[in-house]
Amino acid sequence: MNLTLSEEQEMLKSMAHDFLVDKFPKTAIKEIEASESGYSPELWKEMAGLGWMGLSLPDKFGGSGMSFLDLAFLLEEMGRAATPGPFFSSVVLGGMTILDAGSDAQKDKYLPGIASGESIFTFALSEPNGLYDAEGVTLKADEDKGGYTLNGTKLFVPFANIAGHMIVVARTGMGANPEDGITLFIVDGKAQGLSATELKTIANDKLCEVVFKQVKVPAENVLGEVGKGWSIAKKAMCRAAAGKCCEMAGAMQAALDMTVAYAKDRKQFDKPIGSFQVIQHYCADMATDVDGIKLSAYKAAWSVSEGIPCDEDVAVAKAWAGQASQRILALAHQIHGAIGVTIDHDLQYYTRRAKGLEVSFGDIDFCKEVIASQMGL
Amino acid sequence: MDFRFTEEQEAFRKEVRDFLEGEIKQGLWKPAIDSWIVSYNPEFSKRVAARGWIGLHWPKEYGGKGYSAIHRLVLTEEMLRYGAPAALHWFADRQIGGAILTYGTEEQKKELLPMIIKAEAFVGLGLSEPQAGSDLASLQTKATEDGDFYVIDGQKIWTSGGSYINWMYMVARTDPAAPKARGISEFFFSAKTPGITIRPIVDITGDAHFNEVFFDGVRIPKTCMIGQKNKGFYQVLHQLDYERSGMERLMGNYPVFESLIKFCKETKRKGKPLSEDPLVRDKLAQLKLEFEIGRLHMYRVALVMDEGRAPNWESCMSKAYGTSFEQRLASTAIQILGMYGQLHPDSKWVPMSGLAYTSYLASRGYSLQAGTTEILKNVLAQRKLELPVQ
Repeated sequence: MNLTLSEEQEMLKSMAHDFLVDKFPKTAIKEIEASESGYSPELWKEMAGLGWMGLSLPDKFGGSGMSFLDLAFLLEEMGRAATPGPFFSSVVLGGMTILDAGSDAQKDKYLPGIASGESIFTFALSEPNGLYDAEGVTLKADEDKGGYTLNGTKLFVPFANIAGHMIVVARTGMGANPEDGITLFIVDGKAQGLSATELKTIANDKLCEVVFKQVKVPAENVLGEVGKGWSIAKKAMCRAAAGKCCEMAGAMQAALDMTVAYAKDRKQFDKPIGSFQVIQHYCADMATDVDGIKLSAYKAAWSVSEGIPCDEDVAVAKAWAGQASQRILALAHQIHGAIGVTIDHDLQYYTRRAKGLEVSFGDIDFCKEVIASQMGL
Repeated sequence: MDFRFTEEQEAFRKEVRDFLEGEIKQGLWKPAIDSWIVSYNPEFSKRVAARGWIGLHWPKEYGGKGYSAIHRLVLTEEMLRYGAPAALHWFADRQIGGAILTYGTEEQKKELLPMIIKAEAFVGLGLSEPQAGSDLASLQTKATEDGDFYVIDGQKIWTSGGSYINWMYMVARTDPAAPKARGISEFFFSAKTPGITIRPIVDITGDAHFNEVFFDGVRIPKTCMIGQKNKGFYQVLHQLDYERSGMERLMGNYPVFESLIKFCKETKRKGKPLSEDPLVRDKLAQLKLEFEIGRLHMYRVALVMDEGRAPNWESCMSKAYGTSFEQRLASTAIQILGMYGQLHPDSKWVPMSGLAYTSYLASRGYSLQAGTTEILKNVLAQRKLELPVQ
């Protein structure tokens, strides 16, 4: 057992941190959040130039062949800097899923574009029923003249407003087990009958409603086997949840750092408020929660990266990230006082993002049920 | 980064488990909560010593095994999981040996460490005094020089071990004129030295593992001093880092957790196992979640030790976290047991052998021993976060 980052990982983290702080000041993030696309094509190109989109893709597809754990450290830094944009949806949800389940032809066709940043992918799983499990997948895909026709609605699809392609989790059949009869499709973002509408969300993170009306998909775009897609989708969910935990770890580290700096600087009663024991204990509680998020997020990302059974590690990390982040932010706001609740203060980015992270890819209750099942209850 | 134990560590874990399960099967002792602090069993400690499991990670030249802190963590994790009666060697193994290794002379190391390793030395700790708790530096027990001797007068409190104690590790004031933290020294000597009286204190559970220790003109050779004269307070802070470092702060009540899960699976209410009740599932999953996070904190502390650093704020963090988890565990267990939760372990109808009852009462002390949660948070805020000292 060891919890030390390799030299390479340390370097990746610190380079990413410097880059993101430099290129994404909060003024820029504010503008990007307000824009229609939700990302900056110029900065996207720069990030691609650093090799980030292909970090965990094999060399032959234009990647760097690093592990998912390495990518997780990058996600942590993005969470810390509150970086907006489709990196997560294109790389983690799109690229990693195709790498995991795609045919050789599909990998050759799509992965180089993802690695270079030229194509942007997303992943459409959730539906209006708001479920995280197989039962929630009802969007219909009917076999039709050697291809498939998709009808239904997907919700909370990140960056569907700009994505060139999306992986859609659809139902091709219905058996006694809701996990059977699910198929994944790679769908062109501009396909006829497909419409994406942005939803206004707490994190301003371009989650969309995507409506499918008679959308035709060729059979060659089936990802994995027909009717056996749930295991792929579930793996993608686990990977995504672990990745979101790492983002949360970074975000909460930022909230803590900001708060401690403020407590050292802000004076009341002629003293820095950080010298008061109440404030010190609040900060100590925050630091403990931040480390809990970080340790469990690393463990979840490591399990995913190693390809070992990861349900429990991911559920623990995700549930904890959700619970602990709320405590951290409550204290961060309490210590910042009134200035922290203004829209021009940086803390609000983290307060809003954390709620989005908490409910995506498994909320607290969902994760606790996974833990209960793993305990054999 | 790697969260796996090595094959060799896993094999060691199995060896420890087999040993402990064998002991339980033979009826040599019954699993109990807090057994690392309340269950005295000299024969058990000797059997553990015979396997080389005391001083496991101390250097070989002093009789240790030279294993990693992770090995010791595996060993203690299993001892706690099975509620093994390890109290007589626990303190010396956890912190006294380390203190002697860090501050002792070569002669002291060669004389004292083998006694601990062989489970011959059962060590009582003399730190707190009636008027010196969190403010340890204000302690009043004094050690006065008299030729080749020190004469110790005063009183200590909350010393575990009772009549089994045959050695005493304590701190006393050696320079009354110096600022309070700079006039304290550490001593290690036989608890059978004339002038020592040990008197038990009955705690809230009805158990009497804590004691008051009185020193009345206790003459000890000067060679009993550990480390530097008047530097004892700072040496003790270092030792406290180790005292706070272990799995006991998370797993001392593991038998409660295990029995609670079993109880919920086996007990039916309104025709359905409790474990299928959504409210109960939620509570148990929450405990499991908190337990797993605590485990990661504890492992990190061991890894810090393996890097050769004293775990300072890391052990404050893990101890404060762990003890508050244990308090919630006991309280949640009683909540789930409902009316049965109030039954004394000796009562007819008591579920889970009364583990939850005892744990609930004992748990009030967890956030006080080895640094109150408030002191630990001060350390965290000031050392890790570098917030200003007022």
